[in-house]
Amino acid sequence: MAEIAGPVTQAASAGHEAHPHRDIQGAKMGMWLFLLTELLLFAGLFLIYSVYRYFHTAAFHKAGLETHTLLGTVNTMVLLTSSLTMVLSIAAIQRGKKWLCVTFLSTTILAGFVFLGIKYVEWTSEIAKGIYPGSPVLLARSNGEILFFGLYYTMTGLHGIHVIAGMIVLAFMLVLVLRDKINQQDYIKLENAGLYWHLVDIIWIFLFPLFYLIN
Amino acid sequence: MSDVAFAAGGAPHGHSSNGGAHSYLENTGKRKGILSWILSTDHKRIGILYLISIFSFFAVGVVLGVLMRLEMLVPGPTGKIFNAQEYNALFTLHGVIMVFLFVVPGIPATLGNFFLPIQIGAKDVAFPRLNLLSWYLYITGAAIILVSLFMHGLPDTGWTFYVPYSIRTGTDVTTAVFGVFVLGFSSILTGMNFLTTIHRMRAPGMSWFKMPLFVWALYATAWIQVIATPVLAITLLLIIIERVFSVGIFDPAKGGDPVLYQHMFWVYSHPAVYIMILPPMGVVSEIVSTFSHRTVFGYKAVAISSLAIAFIGYLVWGHHMFVAGETETAQFAFSLLTFLVAIPSGIKVFNWVATMYKGSIDLQPPFLFLMAFIMLFAIGGLTGLFLGSVATDVHLTGTYFVVGHFHYIIFGGAVFIFFGALHYWFPKMFGRMYNKKAANISLGFLFVGFNMLYFPMLLLGYEGMPRRYFSYLPQYETLQHVSMVGSWVLVIGLTIMFWNLIRGIRKGEKAPANPWGGTTLEWTIASPPPTENFEEIPVITHEPYYHPDAEMPEEHAVPVAK
Amino acid sequence: MHEQQSHQSGEQAHEEMISYGTYILVWLALIALTCITAVVAGINLAAFTLAVALVIALTKASLVVNIFMHIKFEDKIFKVFLGIAGFTIFVIFTLTFADVFFRR
Repeated sequence: MAEIAGPVTQAASAGHEAHPHRDIQGAKMGMWLFLLTELLLFAGLFLIYSVYRYFHTAAFHKAGLETHTLLGTVNTMVLLTSSLTMVLSIAAIQRGKKWLCVTFLSTTILAGFVFLGIKYVEWTSEIAKGIYPGSPVLLARSNGEILFFGLYYTMTGLHGIHVIAGMIVLAFMLVLVLRDKINQQDYIKLENAGLYWHLVDIIWIFLFPLFYLIN
Repeated sequence: MSDVAFAAGGAPHGHSSNGGAHSYLENTGKRKGILSWILSTDHKRIGILYLISIFSFFAVGVVLGVLMRLEMLVPGPTGKIFNAQEYNALFTLHGVIMVFLFVVPGIPATLGNFFLPIQIGAKDVAFPRLNLLSWYLYITGAAIILVSLFMHGLPDTGWTFYVPYSIRTGTDVTTAVFGVFVLGFSSILTGMNFLTTIHRMRAPGMSWFKMPLFVWALYATAWIQVIATPVLAITLLLIIIERVFSVGIFDPAKGGDPVLYQHMFWVYSHPAVYIMILPPMGVVSEIVSTFSHRTVFGYKAVAISSLAIAFIGYLVWGHHMFVAGETETAQFAFSLLTFLVAIPSGIKVFNWVATMYKGSIDLQPPFLFLMAFIMLFAIGGLTGLFLGSVATDVHLTGTYFVVGHFHYIIFGGAVFIFFGALHYWFPKMFGRMYNKKAANISLGFLFVGFNMLYFPMLLLGYEGMPRRYFSYLPQYETLQHVSMVGSWVLVIGLTIMFWNLIRGIRKGEKAPANPWGGTTLEWTIASPPPTENFEEIPVITHEPYYHPDAEMPEEHAVPVAK
Repeated sequence: MHEQQSHQSGEQAHEEMISYGTYILVWLALIALTCITAVVAGINLAAFTLAVALVIALTKASLVVNIFMHIKFEDKIFKVFLGIAGFTIFVIFTLTFADVFFRR
């Protein structure tokens, strides 16, 4: 990840002087290619979801009633807002406003915590109902419902791991901004971290209607 | 002839002096010994690291393969060398190691790493540290797979990890699958790195259609690595999730659909065949031009056909599943689409042949490897037709015929050219020359051994011998024995070849900068290349295969006098 | 065929800047779309429920990609990259459903 943030064109190797000639577009290109792989990774899961939903339409609807629409909606808004503060932090550093950038970036990370907190409440309430992979309550239900909740835990879980990864990256960026390693002249690292955060947001934008809005 | 070509065509880009620059093999940095290698971000050193590690695993895979053949010493269920479970582990490990640790990283990670930056006139790849990281991920993934061997019994699923067996078997599939998952990351990083490098770091004047065809092939390959590998990653992750949490996604008892697993698996694994074969096709274009002393006929068509193969490679995965329970509609669609692959492949082959036509052909070892490749690949391609059409596939699938076909394509095609490429670029990489006579002898053994080993498999499969069985009926004995002896001849060939190459590194005679009369950029710099590749970045004015002594209008072309 | 070799100076100070206001407007639109999709989900549109939800999701995603992720302002090659990924996903879905759709 760190490398994506700043390759050096014609980088010199061992012992020779490096040209101080950074290729911003190249760094962004590398990041975008990485994002495409993430996109394809989740596309595989969405494919599985759509196939099973096609096979078990009624059961998916029935199971979908049991997810927390309100919590899902609130979490969508939290994540969208965190995306806003993310771009605002970049806009701030572009204008040389370090502390505004730090504020927005911290807010973004905080929003990540809020998102995970709500997710925790949501999962615990499902688990309290006895609905979790391999649980007797779930296994007593139809195949379609088992698959729905299997996918629910897998996809939101994997997304949650991406949120955590994004927060760790952003925390590093926060340190770099504080140390002026990221500044008005050189903020490609922050931009690339932001791209990753937005991708996580986009995946949620699709998870939301598929798991929380089938009524 | 090659000397003349060297004098005339060796420096068409006007840049061949290397002054007193240190070769990449000499240590110039702070680190000493092995650390100067395993911590180096020099693409050439990373290429060599890959070369060593990949061929180490190749050796392991070869041993496992020979053991599998040895099992066929005696027909019937008794008096065997291995029992059924051991045989299952053998073919699983042979497949996993050969596919994921050898051919998939194969040419891109080794020779691609070494020559891609040089061929486009760059000093390194776009992300040198990421490049080193991808080697470490490769080693980590390989280590994890090795660990799986000593945990709860050898994986016995076959390299395809088909569900539901892979989620039920008691052997340590979880660890092995996780190892492959990590290897996938290595592959993705290499792909990303190459794409960015090709887009951003071409030397001034090197437009897309002035790139060498090897670079074109690596470009198409890198796209497959970036776009297809994540689908495999998620599929493998789901196996792990299934085994650990039993969520039911691929468990038929809970409504999971094993056919869907096969879709997901082949969405990656068919394009992966093109990860294996596209880079060799790029090498063929290089070799064919250099040793025919002519520009590649239909250069643009060959370049575009790489992209076309990469694209069509995405449309055909269902032909692996004709008997797996997919619908007739899908069988029809996938069978039809499969035949489309023949178009860009045909474009390549015809243009290679046209390049040789009236060329001044120099029968050096790399070119002989190429001839072997064309014959073996043709057999592989033709047997593919039987498997691509549903009616014959239903009879042949799951037999030795598939095994034979696959090895003709991947071993006879990709790996023979991998060997050819090693012989082609060896003098550039190490600044020394191997013994050419020994190289030709090794090729003789390889070619004979290969055909003895795999042609009987085509016949056995046609007669109904199923793959992955540790035993067979007496009627197959003769062909099984021919095949077994073939595996020994093949090993003799491999031994001679590697002995000759390793000996060449230390004792071979010094090689000039351009021993073959090649025209691409790597031949304009010293052998072995200096650490920085180029003292100053070259400016490209010519097409990549400009042979000044052979350029004349097509209709007046006459063989160049020797 | 060369991509624009922009930003070669190694300094980013000259990149185009988008106003805070634009970002906030986009965010408002995203929130509004979220409310709409949540409300619409409550209404029974039969077969169209999923279609409407997905169209709204796509709209939101394209807002994020274009404005927040700057794709609108990037070199053409970035859009081509996205197109390649999108088309691949389309192909994978189509061909899988060529099987799944005709099952039983």
